[in-house]
Amino acid sequence: MEKLIVAPAPHAHSGDSVRRNMLLVIAALIPAYAVSIVAFGWGALITMAISVAACVGCEWLITKYLLKQKPTLCDCSAVLTGMLLAFNVPSNLDWWILVLGAVFAIGVGKMTFGGLGQNPFNPALVGRVFLLISFPAQMTTWPKAQGFASAIMGQQVTDANSGATPLYYLKHLVGLDNGPEAVKTVADLKMTSLSDAFLGAMGGSLGEVCALALILGGLFLICTRVITWHIPVSIIATVALFAACTGWAGALPEGIDTCHYVAYELLTGGVMLGAFFMATDYVTSPMSACGKLIFGIGIGLIVMVIRTWGNYPEGMSFAILMMNAVVPLLNKIRPRHFGEKKKA
Amino acid sequence: MNNNLKTLTNGILRENPTFALVLGMCPTLATTTSAINGMSMGLATLFVLVCSNVVISLLKNLIPDKVRIPAFIVVIATFVTLVQLLMQAYLPGIYDVLGLFIPLIVVNCIVLGRAEAFAAKNSVGLSALDGIGMGLGFTLSLTVLGAIRELIGTGACFGLHIFPDNYGALVFVLAPGAFIALAYLMAIMNKVVKK
Repeated sequence: MEKLIVAPAPHAHSGDSVRRNMLLVIAALIPAYAVSIVAFGWGALITMAISVAACVGCEWLITKYLLKQKPTLCDCSAVLTGMLLAFNVPSNLDWWILVLGAVFAIGVGKMTFGGLGQNPFNPALVGRVFLLISFPAQMTTWPKAQGFASAIMGQQVTDANSGATPLYYLKHLVGLDNGPEAVKTVADLKMTSLSDAFLGAMGGSLGEVCALALILGGLFLICTRVITWHIPVSIIATVALFAACTGWAGALPEGIDTCHYVAYELLTGGVMLGAFFMATDYVTSPMSACGKLIFGIGIGLIVMVIRTWGNYPEGMSFAILMMNAVVPLLNKIRPRHFGEKKKA
Repeated sequence: MNNNLKTLTNGILRENPTFALVLGMCPTLATTTSAINGMSMGLATLFVLVCSNVVISLLKNLIPDKVRIPAFIVVIATFVTLVQLLMQAYLPGIYDVLGLFIPLIVVNCIVLGRAEAFAAKNSVGLSALDGIGMGLGFTLSLTVLGAIRELIGTGACFGLHIFPDNYGALVFVLAPGAFIALAYLMAIMNKVVKK
Protein backbone atom coordinates (compact mmCIF):
# COMPACT_ATOMS: atom_id res chain seq x y z
CA MET A 1 0.00 0.00 0.00
CA GLU A 2 2.51 2.59 -1.05
CA LYS A 3 -0.06 4.62 -2.94
CA LEU A 4 -3.32 5.41 -1.26
CA ILE A 5 -5.49 7.07 -3.86
CA VAL A 6 -7.78 9.66 -2.35
CA ALA A 7 -10.24 11.08 -4.84
CA PRO A 8 -11.75 14.50 -4.19
CA ALA A 9 -15.22 14.71 -2.70
CA PRO A 10 -18.10 13.97 -3.20
CA HIS A 11 -17.93 10.28 -2.27
CA ALA A 12 -20.72 7.80 -2.61
CA HIS A 13 -21.43 6.00 0.67
CA SER A 14 -22.54 2.41 0.37
CA GLY A 15 -24.68 2.76 3.47
CA ASP A 16 -22.75 0.01 5.20
CA SER A 17 -22.16 0.49 8.90
CA VAL A 18 -21.49 -1.51 12.04
CA ARG A 19 -25.02 -0.78 13.17
CA ARG A 20 -26.55 -2.04 9.93
CA ASN A 21 -24.61 -5.32 10.08
CA MET A 22 -25.48 -5.87 13.72
CA LEU A 23 -29.16 -5.23 13.03
CA LEU A 24 -29.10 -7.70 10.13
CA VAL A 25 -27.58 -10.39 12.35
CA ILE A 26 -30.21 -9.67 14.99
CA ALA A 27 -32.88 -10.00 12.29
CA ALA A 28 -31.38 -13.32 11.21
CA LEU A 29 -31.61 -14.61 14.77
CA ILE A 30 -35.33 -13.90 15.00
CA PRO A 31 -36.63 -17.15 13.41
CA ALA A 32 -34.54 -19.24 15.78
CA TYR A 33 -35.70 -17.11 18.69
CA ALA A 34 -39.32 -17.48 17.64
CA VAL A 35 -38.89 -21.25 17.78
CA SER A 36 -37.33 -21.02 21.24
CA ILE A 37 -40.25 -18.96 22.54
CA VAL A 38 -42.62 -21.65 21.30
CA ALA A 39 -40.37 -24.37 22.67
CA PHE A 40 -39.47 -22.95 26.08
CA GLY A 41 -42.25 -20.42 26.71
CA TRP A 42 -41.69 -17.71 29.31
CA GLY A 43 -38.21 -18.97 30.10
CA ALA A 44 -37.00 -17.89 26.68
CA LEU A 45 -38.48 -14.39 27.01
CA ILE A 46 -37.14 -13.78 30.52
CA THR A 47 -33.68 -15.15 29.76
CA MET A 48 -33.36 -12.99 26.68
CA ALA A 49 -34.58 -9.84 28.46
CA ILE A 50 -32.18 -10.29 31.37
CA SER A 51 -29.21 -11.12 29.16
CA VAL A 52 -29.67 -8.21 26.75
CA ALA A 53 -30.40 -5.74 29.56
CA ALA A 54 -27.36 -6.87 31.55
CA CYS A 55 -25.02 -6.67 28.55
CA VAL A 56 -26.27 -3.24 27.48
CA GLY A 57 -26.27 -1.94 31.05
CA CYS A 58 -22.77 -3.23 31.71
CA GLU A 59 -21.38 -1.66 28.55
CA TRP A 60 -23.08 1.64 29.35
CA LEU A 61 -21.71 1.72 32.89
CA ILE A 62 -18.18 0.86 31.76
CA THR A 63 -18.03 3.38 28.91
CA LYS A 64 -19.64 6.12 30.98
CA TYR A 65 -17.97 5.78 34.38
CA LEU A 66 -14.83 3.68 33.94
CA LEU A 67 -13.55 4.75 30.55
CA LYS A 68 -15.38 8.10 30.47
CA GLN A 69 -15.91 7.80 26.73
CA LYS A 70 -18.84 8.43 24.49
CA PRO A 71 -21.23 5.51 24.96
CA THR A 72 -21.03 3.02 22.10
CA LEU A 73 -24.45 1.48 22.58
CA CYS A 74 -25.78 2.83 19.28
CA ASP A 75 -23.85 0.26 17.26
CA CYS A 76 -26.06 -2.45 18.78
CA SER A 77 -23.14 -4.82 19.32
CA ALA A 78 -23.93 -5.14 23.03
CA VAL A 79 -27.51 -6.08 22.16
CA LEU A 80 -26.22 -8.75 19.81
CA THR A 81 -23.79 -10.07 22.43
CA GLY A 82 -26.68 -10.25 24.90
CA MET A 83 -28.83 -12.13 22.41
CA LEU A 84 -26.08 -14.61 21.56
CA LEU A 85 -25.31 -15.17 25.23
CA ALA A 86 -28.97 -15.90 25.91
CA PHE A 87 -28.99 -18.29 22.93
CA ASN A 88 -26.15 -20.20 24.56
CA VAL A 89 -27.60 -20.88 28.01
CA PRO A 90 -30.43 -23.12 29.22
CA SER A 91 -33.72 -21.23 29.38
CA ASN A 92 -34.22 -21.99 33.07
CA LEU A 93 -30.93 -20.50 34.26
CA ASP A 94 -31.03 -18.44 37.48
CA TRP A 95 -31.08 -14.72 36.75
CA TRP A 96 -28.01 -13.85 38.81
CA ILE A 97 -25.91 -16.44 37.01
CA LEU A 98 -26.97 -14.94 33.71
CA VAL A 99 -26.10 -11.42 34.90
CA LEU A 100 -22.66 -12.64 36.00
CA GLY A 101 -22.18 -14.16 32.55
CA ALA A 102 -23.20 -10.91 30.85
CA VAL A 103 -20.86 -8.85 33.05
CA PHE A 104 -18.03 -11.27 32.28
CA ALA A 105 -18.81 -11.26 28.55
CA ILE A 106 -18.89 -7.48 28.21
CA GLY A 107 -16.48 -6.53 30.99
CA VAL A 108 -13.77 -9.16 30.59
CA GLY A 109 -14.39 -10.40 27.05
CA LYS A 110 -14.88 -7.07 25.34
CA MET A 111 -14.28 -3.81 27.21
CA THR A 112 -11.02 -4.90 28.88
CA PHE A 113 -9.45 -5.19 25.46
CA GLY A 114 -10.75 -1.78 24.40
CA GLY A 115 -14.26 -2.43 23.15
CA LEU A 116 -15.68 -3.51 19.82
CA GLY A 117 -13.00 -4.27 17.25
CA GLN A 118 -10.23 -4.93 19.78
CA ASN A 119 -11.48 -8.09 21.44
CA PRO A 120 -9.55 -11.21 20.41
CA PHE A 121 -12.30 -13.56 21.62
CA ASN A 122 -16.01 -13.65 20.89
CA PRO A 123 -17.53 -11.90 23.97
CA ALA A 124 -20.71 -13.98 24.08
CA LEU A 125 -18.67 -17.19 24.07
CA VAL A 126 -16.30 -15.85 26.74
CA GLY A 127 -19.38 -15.29 28.91
CA ARG A 128 -20.77 -18.70 28.07
CA VAL A 129 -17.56 -20.62 28.77
CA PHE A 130 -17.11 -18.70 32.02
CA LEU A 131 -20.57 -19.83 33.09
CA LEU A 132 -20.04 -23.40 31.87
CA ILE A 133 -16.83 -23.82 33.88
CA SER A 134 -18.09 -21.88 36.92
CA PHE A 135 -21.59 -23.32 37.25
CA PRO A 136 -21.38 -26.71 35.55
CA ALA A 137 -24.51 -28.10 37.22
CA GLN A 138 -26.81 -25.20 36.40
CA MET A 139 -25.44 -24.82 32.88
CA THR A 140 -26.08 -28.42 31.88
CA THR A 141 -29.58 -28.93 33.25
CA TRP A 142 -31.59 -28.55 30.09
CA PRO A 143 -35.34 -28.16 30.02
CA LYS A 144 -36.77 -30.33 27.26
CA ALA A 145 -38.10 -28.18 24.50
CA GLN A 146 -41.67 -28.54 23.42
CA GLY A 147 -41.24 -29.24 19.74
CA PHE A 148 -42.25 -26.74 17.14
CA ALA A 149 -44.31 -29.31 15.28
CA SER A 150 -45.99 -30.69 18.37
CA ALA A 151 -46.83 -27.16 19.54
CA ILE A 152 -48.61 -26.45 16.28
CA MET A 153 -50.50 -29.73 16.35
CA GLY A 154 -51.46 -29.13 19.93
CA GLN A 155 -49.80 -32.14 21.45
CA GLN A 156 -49.18 -31.99 25.16
CA VAL A 157 -45.66 -32.19 26.45
CA THR A 158 -45.01 -32.65 30.13
CA ASP A 159 -43.67 -29.66 32.01
CA ALA A 160 -40.18 -29.41 33.42
CA ASN A 161 -38.96 -32.43 31.57
CA SER A 162 -35.25 -31.99 31.92
CA GLY A 163 -32.71 -34.49 30.77
CA ALA A 164 -29.55 -35.14 28.88
CA THR A 165 -29.13 -33.82 25.38
CA PRO A 166 -28.74 -36.16 22.41
CA LEU A 167 -25.07 -35.19 22.36
CA TYR A 168 -24.62 -36.82 25.73
CA TYR A 169 -25.66 -40.15 24.27
CA LEU A 170 -23.79 -39.56 21.03
CA LYS A 171 -20.60 -39.12 23.01
CA HIS A 172 -20.82 -42.62 24.40
CA LEU A 173 -21.62 -44.25 21.07
CA VAL A 174 -18.15 -44.30 19.59
CA GLY A 175 -16.23 -47.44 20.43
CA LEU A 176 -19.07 -49.22 22.28
CA ASP A 177 -19.19 -52.98 21.82
CA ASN A 178 -22.52 -54.41 20.79
CA GLY A 179 -23.44 -55.28 24.34
CA PRO A 180 -26.55 -54.25 26.28
CA GLU A 181 -25.03 -50.86 27.01
CA ALA A 182 -24.77 -50.07 23.31
CA VAL A 183 -28.37 -51.13 22.70
CA LYS A 184 -29.56 -48.86 25.52
CA THR A 185 -27.51 -45.87 24.37
CA VAL A 186 -28.81 -46.18 20.82
CA ALA A 187 -32.38 -46.44 22.15
CA ASP A 188 -31.88 -43.37 24.35
CA LEU A 189 -30.49 -41.45 21.43
CA LYS A 190 -33.39 -42.39 19.17
CA MET A 191 -35.81 -40.87 21.70
CA THR A 192 -34.94 -37.72 19.80
CA SER A 193 -35.82 -38.40 16.18
CA LEU A 194 -33.98 -36.60 13.41
CA SER A 195 -37.02 -34.50 12.55
CA ASP A 196 -37.27 -33.49 16.22
CA ALA A 197 -33.66 -32.38 16.10
CA PHE A 198 -34.25 -30.51 12.86
CA LEU A 199 -37.35 -28.69 14.09
CA GLY A 200 -36.25 -28.11 17.65
CA ALA A 201 -37.87 -30.69 19.92
CA MET A 202 -34.93 -31.66 22.08
CA GLY A 203 -33.07 -30.55 25.13
CA GLY A 204 -30.48 -27.87 24.69
CA SER A 205 -29.54 -24.26 25.11
CA LEU A 206 -32.16 -21.65 24.38
CA GLY A 207 -31.26 -20.85 20.79
CA GLU A 208 -29.56 -23.96 19.50
CA VAL A 209 -32.46 -26.39 19.37
CA CYS A 210 -33.96 -25.66 15.95
CA ALA A 211 -31.46 -26.35 13.19
CA LEU A 212 -33.92 -25.35 10.46
CA ALA A 213 -34.44 -21.81 11.80
CA LEU A 214 -30.71 -21.34 12.30
CA ILE A 215 -29.95 -22.47 8.75
CA LEU A 216 -32.60 -20.08 7.39
CA GLY A 217 -31.08 -17.23 9.38
CA GLY A 218 -27.61 -18.16 8.19
CA LEU A 219 -28.71 -18.25 4.54
CA PHE A 220 -30.27 -14.82 5.02
CA LEU A 221 -26.93 -13.50 6.30
CA ILE A 222 -25.06 -15.01 3.36
CA CYS A 223 -27.58 -13.59 0.86
CA THR A 224 -27.35 -10.11 2.37
CA ARG A 225 -23.55 -10.46 2.31
CA VAL A 226 -23.19 -9.88 6.02
CA ILE A 227 -21.11 -13.05 6.17
CA THR A 228 -19.43 -15.14 3.49
CA TRP A 229 -20.01 -18.86 3.01
CA HIS A 230 -16.45 -19.92 3.84
CA ILE A 231 -16.61 -20.32 7.61
CA PRO A 232 -20.04 -22.04 8.00
CA VAL A 233 -19.48 -24.38 5.06
CA SER A 234 -15.99 -25.42 6.16
CA ILE A 235 -17.14 -26.04 9.75
CA ILE A 236 -20.17 -28.08 8.72
CA ALA A 237 -18.24 -30.03 6.08
CA THR A 238 -15.46 -30.86 8.52
CA VAL A 239 -17.88 -32.05 11.19
CA ALA A 240 -19.77 -34.16 8.65
CA LEU A 241 -16.60 -35.67 7.21
CA PHE A 242 -15.18 -36.46 10.65
CA ALA A 243 -18.45 -38.12 11.71
CA ALA A 244 -18.62 -40.07 8.45
CA CYS A 245 -15.06 -41.30 8.94
CA THR A 246 -15.97 -42.44 12.44
CA GLY A 247 -18.85 -44.40 10.93
CA TRP A 248 -16.77 -45.90 8.11
CA ALA A 249 -14.07 -46.91 10.55
CA GLY A 250 -16.63 -49.16 12.21
CA ALA A 251 -16.57 -47.42 15.58
CA LEU A 252 -20.37 -47.24 15.85
CA PRO A 253 -22.42 -49.99 17.54
CA GLU A 254 -25.20 -51.96 15.88
CA GLY A 255 -28.47 -50.09 15.37
CA ILE A 256 -27.18 -46.79 14.12
CA ASP A 257 -25.75 -46.28 10.66
CA THR A 258 -23.27 -43.70 9.44
CA CYS A 259 -25.90 -41.45 7.83
CA HIS A 260 -27.86 -41.14 11.04
CA TYR A 261 -24.75 -40.53 13.07
CA VAL A 262 -23.61 -37.71 10.76
CA ALA A 263 -27.06 -36.12 10.87
CA TYR A 264 -27.18 -36.25 14.66
CA GLU A 265 -23.74 -34.68 14.97
CA LEU A 266 -24.76 -31.84 12.66
CA LEU A 267 -28.25 -31.13 13.94
CA THR A 268 -27.82 -31.42 17.69
CA GLY A 269 -25.77 -29.15 19.91
CA GLY A 270 -24.29 -25.87 18.87
CA VAL A 271 -22.84 -26.62 15.43
CA MET A 272 -25.42 -24.65 13.42
CA LEU A 273 -25.58 -21.72 15.86
CA GLY A 274 -21.80 -21.62 16.13
CA ALA A 275 -21.09 -22.02 12.43
CA PHE A 276 -23.46 -19.32 11.20
CA PHE A 277 -23.57 -16.82 14.04
CA MET A 278 -20.70 -17.20 16.48
CA ALA A 279 -17.66 -18.15 14.40
CA THR A 280 -18.42 -15.54 11.73
CA ASP A 281 -18.08 -12.59 14.11
CA TYR A 282 -16.05 -10.01 12.13
CA VAL A 283 -13.66 -9.06 14.87
CA THR A 284 -12.66 -12.58 15.83
CA SER A 285 -12.48 -14.33 12.45
CA PRO A 286 -9.78 -14.14 9.76
CA MET A 287 -10.06 -11.72 6.85
CA SER A 288 -8.93 -13.70 3.81
CA ALA A 289 -10.97 -16.48 2.18
CA CYS A 290 -8.15 -18.97 2.67
CA GLY A 291 -7.79 -17.97 6.32
CA LYS A 292 -11.53 -18.42 6.83
CA LEU A 293 -11.44 -21.93 5.39
CA ILE A 294 -8.56 -22.95 7.67
CA PHE A 295 -10.38 -21.32 10.60
CA GLY A 296 -13.54 -23.30 9.85
CA ILE A 297 -11.73 -26.60 9.39
CA GLY A 298 -9.91 -26.04 12.68
CA ILE A 299 -13.17 -25.42 14.51
CA GLY A 300 -14.78 -28.51 12.97
CA LEU A 301 -11.85 -30.72 13.96
CA ILE A 302 -11.63 -29.42 17.53
CA VAL A 303 -15.39 -29.82 18.03
CA MET A 304 -15.31 -33.42 16.93
CA VAL A 305 -12.21 -34.20 18.98
CA ILE A 306 -13.89 -32.76 22.09
CA ARG A 307 -17.19 -34.50 21.34
CA THR A 308 -15.54 -37.85 20.74
CA TRP A 309 -12.76 -37.98 23.31
CA GLY A 310 -13.11 -34.94 25.57
CA ASN A 311 -14.72 -34.54 28.97
CA TYR A 312 -17.58 -32.35 27.76
CA PRO A 313 -20.33 -33.69 25.49
CA GLU A 314 -20.21 -30.47 23.43
CA GLY A 315 -17.20 -28.44 22.41
CA MET A 316 -18.43 -25.81 19.97
CA SER A 317 -17.75 -22.85 22.23
CA PHE A 318 -14.31 -24.11 23.23
CA ALA A 319 -13.45 -24.82 19.60
CA ILE A 320 -14.42 -21.33 18.44
CA LEU A 321 -12.50 -19.68 21.29
CA MET A 322 -9.41 -21.77 20.56
CA MET A 323 -9.49 -20.87 16.88
CA ASN A 324 -10.12 -17.21 17.82
CA ALA A 325 -6.69 -17.30 19.40
CA VAL A 326 -5.17 -18.43 16.08
CA VAL A 327 -6.80 -15.62 14.06
CA PRO A 328 -3.85 -13.16 14.28
CA LEU A 329 -1.68 -15.87 12.67
CA LEU A 330 -4.29 -16.66 10.02
CA ASN A 331 -4.47 -12.95 9.19
CA LYS A 332 -0.88 -13.17 7.98
CA ILE A 333 -2.35 -14.97 4.97
CA ARG A 334 -3.22 -12.12 2.67
CA PRO A 335 -3.77 -11.61 -1.04
CA ARG A 336 -0.70 -10.61 -3.01
CA HIS A 337 -0.34 -6.92 -3.73
CA PHE A 338 -0.93 -5.98 -7.34
CA GLY A 339 2.35 -6.60 -9.14
CA GLU A 340 4.04 -8.23 -6.15
CA LYS A 341 6.37 -11.04 -7.13
CA LYS A 342 6.20 -14.46 -5.57
CA LYS A 343 9.03 -15.03 -3.14
CA ALA A 344 11.44 -17.66 -4.36
CA MET B 1 16.66 6.52 58.79
CA ASN B 2 14.90 7.76 55.71
CA ASN B 3 16.92 5.34 53.61
CA ASN B 4 15.96 2.45 55.90
CA LEU B 5 12.28 3.31 55.67
CA LYS B 6 12.52 3.59 51.92
CA THR B 7 14.14 0.14 51.68
CA LEU B 8 11.40 -1.30 53.84
CA THR B 9 8.45 0.19 51.95
CA ASN B 10 10.02 -0.29 48.55
CA GLY B 11 8.88 -3.90 48.25
CA ILE B 12 5.37 -3.27 49.46
CA LEU B 13 4.14 -0.89 46.80
CA ARG B 14 6.59 0.62 44.32
CA GLU B 15 8.59 -2.55 43.66
CA ASN B 16 6.00 -5.06 44.75
CA PRO B 17 7.48 -8.44 43.74
CA THR B 18 4.21 -9.74 42.29
CA PHE B 19 2.56 -6.73 40.70
CA ALA B 20 5.55 -4.58 39.73
CA LEU B 21 8.52 -6.94 39.33
CA VAL B 22 6.35 -9.89 38.19
CA LEU B 23 8.60 -12.38 39.98
CA GLY B 24 7.63 -15.69 41.54
CA MET B 25 4.60 -16.21 39.31
CA CYS B 26 4.50 -19.96 39.85
CA PRO B 27 3.56 -19.90 43.58
CA THR B 28 1.48 -16.76 43.01
CA LEU B 29 -0.78 -18.50 40.54
CA ALA B 30 -0.77 -21.97 42.05
CA THR B 31 -1.18 -21.43 45.79
CA THR B 32 -3.70 -18.58 45.93
CA THR B 33 -6.80 -20.74 45.75
CA SER B 34 -7.86 -19.26 49.09
CA ALA B 35 -6.79 -16.34 51.25
CA ILE B 36 -5.27 -18.52 53.95
CA ASN B 37 -3.24 -20.57 51.44
CA GLY B 38 -1.90 -17.44 49.81
CA MET B 39 -0.99 -15.94 53.16
CA SER B 40 0.81 -19.08 54.38
CA MET B 41 2.83 -19.25 51.20
CA GLY B 42 3.68 -15.56 51.53
CA LEU B 43 4.77 -15.92 55.16
CA ALA B 44 6.91 -18.96 54.38
CA THR B 45 8.62 -17.01 51.63
CA LEU B 46 8.98 -13.98 53.93
CA PHE B 47 10.87 -16.10 56.48
CA VAL B 48 13.21 -17.56 53.87
CA LEU B 49 13.75 -14.15 52.29
CA VAL B 50 14.74 -12.41 55.54
CA CYS B 51 17.02 -15.22 56.74
CA SER B 52 18.76 -15.75 53.40
CA ASN B 53 19.21 -11.99 52.87
CA VAL B 54 20.86 -11.65 56.29
CA VAL B 55 23.15 -14.66 55.89
CA ILE B 56 24.14 -13.83 52.33
CA SER B 57 24.85 -10.25 53.33
CA LEU B 58 27.06 -11.54 56.15
CA LEU B 59 28.92 -13.90 53.84
CA LYS B 60 29.15 -11.61 50.83
CA ASN B 61 32.88 -10.95 51.23
CA LEU B 62 33.69 -14.64 51.74
CA ILE B 63 31.86 -15.98 48.68
CA PRO B 64 34.00 -15.95 45.52
CA ASP B 65 32.26 -14.13 42.69
CA LYS B 66 32.42 -17.05 40.25
CA VAL B 67 30.48 -19.49 42.42
CA ARG B 68 28.11 -17.04 44.05
CA ILE B 69 24.91 -18.47 42.54
CA PRO B 70 25.47 -22.04 43.83
CA ALA B 71 26.51 -20.60 47.18
CA PHE B 72 23.34 -18.49 47.39
CA ILE B 73 21.23 -21.50 46.47
CA VAL B 74 22.82 -23.58 49.26
CA VAL B 75 21.98 -20.87 51.81
CA ILE B 76 18.44 -20.47 50.51
CA ALA B 77 17.87 -24.25 50.37
CA THR B 78 18.94 -24.56 54.00
CA PHE B 79 16.26 -22.17 55.16
CA VAL B 80 13.63 -23.67 52.86
CA THR B 81 14.32 -27.10 54.38
CA LEU B 82 13.92 -25.53 57.82
CA VAL B 83 10.55 -24.02 56.87
CA GLN B 84 9.42 -27.25 55.28
CA LEU B 85 10.24 -29.37 58.34
CA LEU B 86 8.72 -26.82 60.73
CA MET B 87 5.50 -26.59 58.76
CA GLN B 88 5.30 -30.35 58.44
CA ALA B 89 5.62 -30.60 62.22
CA TYR B 90 3.38 -27.78 63.41
CA LEU B 91 1.03 -26.89 60.51
CA PRO B 92 0.36 -30.25 58.82
CA GLY B 93 -2.97 -29.08 57.31
CA ILE B 94 -1.48 -26.17 55.40
CA TYR B 95 1.62 -28.21 54.58
CA ASP B 96 -0.56 -30.81 52.84
CA VAL B 97 -2.32 -28.14 50.78
CA LEU B 98 0.81 -26.27 49.72
CA GLY B 99 2.71 -29.53 49.22
CA LEU B 100 5.36 -29.27 46.52
CA PHE B 101 5.33 -25.48 46.50
CA ILE B 102 7.17 -25.24 49.83
CA PRO B 103 10.39 -26.90 48.56
CA LEU B 104 9.97 -24.90 45.37
CA ILE B 105 10.65 -21.69 47.31
CA VAL B 106 14.32 -22.57 46.66
CA VAL B 107 13.92 -21.63 43.01
CA ASN B 108 11.63 -18.68 43.66
CA CYS B 109 12.98 -15.78 41.61
CA ILE B 110 12.28 -13.28 44.38
CA VAL B 111 14.58 -14.95 46.90
CA LEU B 112 17.50 -15.41 44.52
CA GLY B 113 16.78 -12.05 42.89
CA ARG B 114 17.00 -10.14 46.17
CA ALA B 115 20.12 -12.06 47.18
CA GLU B 116 21.83 -11.17 43.91
CA ALA B 117 20.53 -7.63 43.49
CA PHE B 118 20.46 -6.40 47.08
CA ALA B 119 21.96 -8.59 49.81
CA ALA B 120 25.23 -9.16 47.93
CA LYS B 121 25.86 -5.40 47.77
CA ASN B 122 24.39 -3.95 50.96
CA SER B 123 24.86 -4.05 54.72
CA VAL B 124 23.25 -6.67 56.96
CA GLY B 125 20.68 -4.28 58.43
CA LEU B 126 19.53 -2.94 55.09
CA SER B 127 19.36 -6.47 53.65
CA ALA B 128 17.15 -7.58 56.53
CA LEU B 129 14.84 -4.60 55.97
CA ASP B 130 14.77 -5.33 52.24
CA GLY B 131 13.86 -8.95 52.98
CA ILE B 132 11.07 -7.88 55.31
CA GLY B 133 9.75 -5.32 52.82
CA MET B 134 9.82 -7.66 49.84
CA GLY B 135 8.44 -10.53 51.88
CA LEU B 136 5.59 -8.40 53.21
CA GLY B 137 4.85 -7.16 49.69
CA PHE B 138 4.73 -10.76 48.45
CA THR B 139 2.59 -11.88 51.40
CA LEU B 140 0.16 -8.98 50.95
CA SER B 141 -0.27 -9.53 47.22
CA LEU B 142 -0.75 -13.29 47.65
CA THR B 143 -3.26 -12.73 50.42
CA VAL B 144 -5.23 -10.18 48.38
CA LEU B 145 -5.17 -12.40 45.30
CA GLY B 146 -6.19 -15.42 47.38
CA ALA B 147 -8.98 -13.50 49.11
CA ILE B 148 -10.40 -12.26 45.81
CA ARG B 149 -10.26 -15.71 44.21
CA GLU B 150 -11.83 -17.29 47.29
CA LEU B 151 -14.55 -14.65 47.46
CA ILE B 152 -15.55 -14.86 43.79
CA GLY B 153 -14.86 -18.56 43.49
CA THR B 154 -16.58 -19.91 46.59
CA GLY B 155 -18.36 -16.95 48.16
CA ALA B 156 -16.21 -17.08 51.29
CA CYS B 157 -13.31 -15.08 52.68
CA PHE B 158 -10.77 -16.69 55.07
CA GLY B 159 -13.28 -19.54 55.30
CA LEU B 160 -16.15 -17.25 56.40
CA HIS B 161 -19.17 -17.57 54.13
CA ILE B 162 -20.28 -14.18 52.86
CA PHE B 163 -22.47 -15.05 49.91
CA PRO B 164 -25.24 -17.67 50.02
CA ASP B 165 -24.11 -21.28 49.92
CA ASN B 166 -25.22 -22.04 46.37
CA TYR B 167 -22.94 -19.34 45.03
CA GLY B 168 -19.52 -20.21 43.63
CA ALA B 169 -17.98 -19.27 40.29
CA LEU B 170 -15.73 -22.31 40.17
CA VAL B 171 -13.48 -20.92 37.46
CA PHE B 172 -11.85 -18.53 39.92
CA VAL B 173 -10.62 -21.40 42.05
CA LEU B 174 -9.20 -23.06 38.92
CA ALA B 175 -6.12 -21.93 37.00
CA PRO B 176 -7.83 -19.57 34.50
CA GLY B 177 -9.27 -17.54 37.37
CA ALA B 178 -5.78 -17.06 38.80
CA PHE B 179 -4.58 -15.49 35.57
CA ILE B 180 -7.68 -13.31 35.21
CA ALA B 181 -7.65 -12.05 38.81
CA LEU B 182 -3.88 -11.43 38.69
CA ALA B 183 -4.21 -9.45 35.46
CA TYR B 184 -6.91 -7.19 36.87
CA LEU B 185 -5.04 -6.64 40.15
CA MET B 186 -1.92 -5.74 38.18
CA ALA B 187 -3.87 -3.27 36.08
CA ILE B 188 -5.31 -1.64 39.19
CA MET B 189 -1.87 -1.50 40.84
CA ASN B 190 -0.37 0.16 37.76
CA LYS B 191 -3.12 2.74 37.79
CA VAL B 192 -2.69 3.43 41.51
CA VAL B 193 1.13 3.60 41.51
CA LYS B 194 1.26 5.84 38.44
CA LYS B 195 -0.87 8.41 40.22
